[in-house]
Amino acid sequence: MADLRTTFAGIRSPNPFWLASAPPTDKAYNVVRAFKEGWGGVVWKTLGEDPPVMNVSGPRYGALHSADRRVIGFNNIELITDRPLQLNLDEIKQVKRDWPDRAIVVSLMVPCEEQSWIAILKRVEETGADGVELNLGCPHGMSERGMGSAVGQVPDYVEMVTRWCKQHTRMPVIVKLTPNVADIRPPAMAAARAGADAISLINTINSIIGVDLDMMAPLPHTRGVGTHGGYCGPAVKPISLNMVAEIARTPETAHVPLSGIGGIEGWRDAAEYIALGCGNVQVCTAAMIYGFKVVKEMISGLSEWMDAKGYATIDDFSGRAIPKVTDWRHLDLGYAVKARIDQSLCIKCGRCHVACEDVSHQAITREVNGVRHYEVIDEECVGCNLCASLCPVENCIEMVPLAVGDVDVRTGRTIIEEPLPWDRHPANPMARVAAE
Amino acid sequence: MEREPRTDVAPGRLSPEAYAAGFSDLHPGFEPNAARVEAERCLFCYDAPCATACPTSIDIPLFIREIAKGQPKAAAKTILDANIMGAMCARVCPTETLCEEVCVRHFSDGAPVKIGQLQRYATDALFDAGAQPFTRAEATGRRIAVVGAGPAGLACAHALARAGHEVTIFEAREKPGGLNEYGIAAYKAAGGIAQREVDFILSLGGIVLKTGVALGRDFYLETLRAEYDAVFLGLGLGAVNALGLDREEGAEDAIDYIAALRQAEDLSALPVGRRVVVVGGGMTAVDVAVQAKRLGADEVTIVYRRGEKEMGASGYEQELALTEGVAIRHYARPVAVESGRAIFERTQIVDGRLAGSGETFDIPCDQLFKAIGQALDPSGVETIDLLGGRIKVDDERRTSIPNVWAGGDCVHDGEDLTVVAVEDGKRAAASIIAALVGPGRFGT
Ligand SMILES: Cc1cc2nc3c(=O)[nH]c(=O)nc-3n(C[C@H](O)[C@H](O)[C@H](O)COP(=O)(O)OP(=O)(O)OC[C@H]3O[C@@H](n4cnc5c(N)ncnc54)[C@H](O)[C@@H]3O)c2cc1C
Ligand SMILES: Cc1cc2nc3c(=O)[nH]c(=O)nc-3n(C[C@H](O)[C@H](O)[C@H](O)COP(=O)(O)O)c2cc1C
Ligand code: SF4
Ligand code: SF4
Ligand code: SF4
Repeated sequence: MADLRTTFAGIRSPNPFWLASAPPTDKAYNVVRAFKEGWGGVVWKTLGEDPPVMNVSGPRYGALHSADRRVIGFNNIELITDRPLQLNLDEIKQVKRDWPDRAIVVSLMVPCEEQSWIAILKRVEETGADGVELNLGCPHGMSERGMGSAVGQVPDYVEMVTRWCKQHTRMPVIVKLTPNVADIRPPAMAAARAGADAISLINTINSIIGVDLDMMAPLPHTRGVGTHGGYCGPAVKPISLNMVAEIARTPETAHVPLSGIGGIEGWRDAAEYIALGCGNVQVCTAAMIYGFKVVKEMISGLSEWMDAKGYATIDDFSGRAIPKVTDWRHLDLGYAVKARIDQSLCIKCGRCHVACEDVSHQAITREVNGVRHYEVIDEECVGCNLCASLCPVENCIEMVPLAVGDVDVRTGRTIIEEPLPWDRHPANPMARVAAE
Repeated sequence: MEREPRTDVAPGRLSPEAYAAGFSDLHPGFEPNAARVEAERCLFCYDAPCATACPTSIDIPLFIREIAKGQPKAAAKTILDANIMGAMCARVCPTETLCEEVCVRHFSDGAPVKIGQLQRYATDALFDAGAQPFTRAEATGRRIAVVGAGPAGLACAHALARAGHEVTIFEAREKPGGLNEYGIAAYKAAGGIAQREVDFILSLGGIVLKTGVALGRDFYLETLRAEYDAVFLGLGLGAVNALGLDREEGAEDAIDYIAALRQAEDLSALPVGRRVVVVGGGMTAVDVAVQAKRLGADEVTIVYRRGEKEMGASGYEQELALTEGVAIRHYARPVAVESGRAIFERTQIVDGRLAGSGETFDIPCDQLFKAIGQALDPSGVETIDLLGGRIKVDDERRTSIPNVWAGGDCVHDGEDLTVVAVEDGKRAAASIIAALVGPGRFGT
């Protein structure tokens, strides 16, 4: 049996699955229910200064649905906790006492003044919590008041706030980044420079989830008007994975432990984050949509997979995929794949044909001998993966690599051993052949 | 016909609730959420095999996508563009041998998309909204006579009226609709859908309907040819095949009985036998058997002279009969109908041909229906060439007589199905339009 225990930024937890700072971790009642289901840790819903903020009493959530009405994207205009600070602190203390083996990290957001941070850090320390997470990412509401993403978007502020916290507490400091930036590396480097014990990402992405065409107003709306909210759920995972990978492969930040957040719904999502360098993961939307029990599948699925792969601990595979993330210019242009359709699986929907015909390379037949039949024409196939992506039958279309020595019948080129990236490619007028 | 009192044929066998339940919708329509979930199963195939299998070539992937995206009325327009009787066809088409048989979802999931049910959902939405999605082209001043207000005649008339022609329909019965009104099983056409559909078709305008007038009795083909620019014949099959027995008096015609059932104001007034025997193997046999059962018959037996595979009724229809408690016996043919019993002779295939075995058996029987097929009643069309007893037509549904087209059950080509009749009417209309105003002008 795989050992799922982790020590992240010095904080121990029985498994790498934490609940992200959000409604699931809003109060003791929820957190206790979550621990009973098996969550390894929580980041308590973000605390702020008293008096507590007020939320809208109109709808605060909205969803993007898939065809079968699964929630694939989720958005909210909720603020940080709207409960008094002391009430939260008392509950944190009690829960930590009752559940000593679970991680409890407290998310914080106060005005960008050193005194404010000093004050709240003191009070959190008294709860016995395992660490703090700086919410520098909330993109709506709080950002209008100069907090959240208004701080996270400015690397100097990130560095300043992180330094204050590192200076005024012995608790591990996790810096939670906003994805609402052109490049995730500068704020990550700022956190690293200031000595952050870890970085977590992502917080939500600025979004309008939809438009009410009867009201002619954005969704969700309050009294007929709406505002942008924060986007999360499965749809944001690719964005977050890229940001995680960028930080993990940047020398200045590569050493900082990462907590991966965004669209994690099952064990596989978590494994992907960990493979790209995360030490643990955090989940919000999946718990909000399906309840806390989802963690049971995450735990069993991850350990099954680790057993099958022979990974004994999370560290055994954490970061294994990082060396494979590179820049486009390093990709081997001499390599080639061809789509191949498994006729025994093909259900003959014809969609690969029309897609390749309409928008790609006219490389899939429509009929053969007058019968509907789909076969790849190697002379035309550029190996783009469009057909395999849209085929409704899993594994029906495979992208098969040509072996060294094979001739690509589309280009007439023979596949060679030596990689041929753009900067050495004969078609590149600026090829720096000598440089290598 | 005078019946002898020896047999038990009586009305009012059931409670009012049981009648209502037995003759309501066979498959109730989809609720919106069920429709959406089902619509999402469609893969939006290219060159979709379902559309190819539809005799009227409805763009099935398109209309299902329109449902999935929440516009069932747009879906209905897509359907009706290709098949003006899309509402009825949604209920009566043997989809298991047409579109749904070839749906690729069979191969990915083991079950086809429920195309018929979705088609019904869309057309119901349009009818419920009372919307008329079609308009007529500029008037052409051309006049066309259509004989028979069944699916073939109505489909032809609608397409012609859309193209700007003036159409007069001559119908022998009191009500339009043909077998939709008089023949289709009641539980497939619940809620007065046949007349709603006819009303919808006629509401386009440009179609005058004359009922109670029969070709060959009240007017003649030559007069129509003289007075109209073109004539379309959608006569259906008016004559009933005979069993060819010595004593056939006891046998009732299934079609007449179903027509009476469809027109009955009060089903409990309709007499039905306690023990019913149906001779035949097609859709009509199944329909009369199931409906007799639902009218309260104790025992209903279908007897067919050949095997299960040769039956005209689809596997699905046969299964429906069996689940209703109808017994199906194969390889036997009637030799006599007597007081309280019917006598059958077992049959067998000898050298590929059907032959009697000489061995007979009885089935207790209070009422015997023959459902062994109908034939063209040639009165009024004696001058037209026939083929296999039906009107001979070419691909465009032209008959041997100039300016006379024909389609539906009365022609030699194609299966006897509502959807095929609609396609015939549509094709003939396209041919008539091309003949009258040249191709392409009103072709769409
Ligand atoms: C019992 C039964 C059940 C069926 N069930 C199904 C089913 O479930 N699904 C399916 O797809 N098909 C079914 N069919 C077949 C389907 O009903 C026919 O294929 C279809 O109705 C043919 O249409 P039509 O317009 O050619 O003929 P019809 O519907 O027969 O219409 C012909 C019309 O012409 C009129 N007419 C006839 N002669 C004259 C004349 N001399 N002058 C004026 N008017 C005349 C008739 O009164 C009638 O209204 C069934 C048929 C029967 C008998
Ligand atoms: C309703 C809601 C409220 C949230 N509130 C907070 C918050 O108070 N503090 C915070 O750091 N992140 C907050 N988040 C962001 C989540 O913690 C998380 O970073 C984000 O939802 C991405 O993860 P997911 O895809 O698993 O939901 C909130 C998210 C949602 C949906
Ligand atoms: S998309 Fe897949 S299932 Fe559909 S025809 Fe192509 S290979 Fe076959
Ligand atoms: S890989 Fe791309 S080019 Fe090749 S067949 Fe598929 S869609 Fe066409
Ligand atoms: S074959 Fe089935 S899945 Fe494909 S378009 Fe037709 S209904 Fe949809």
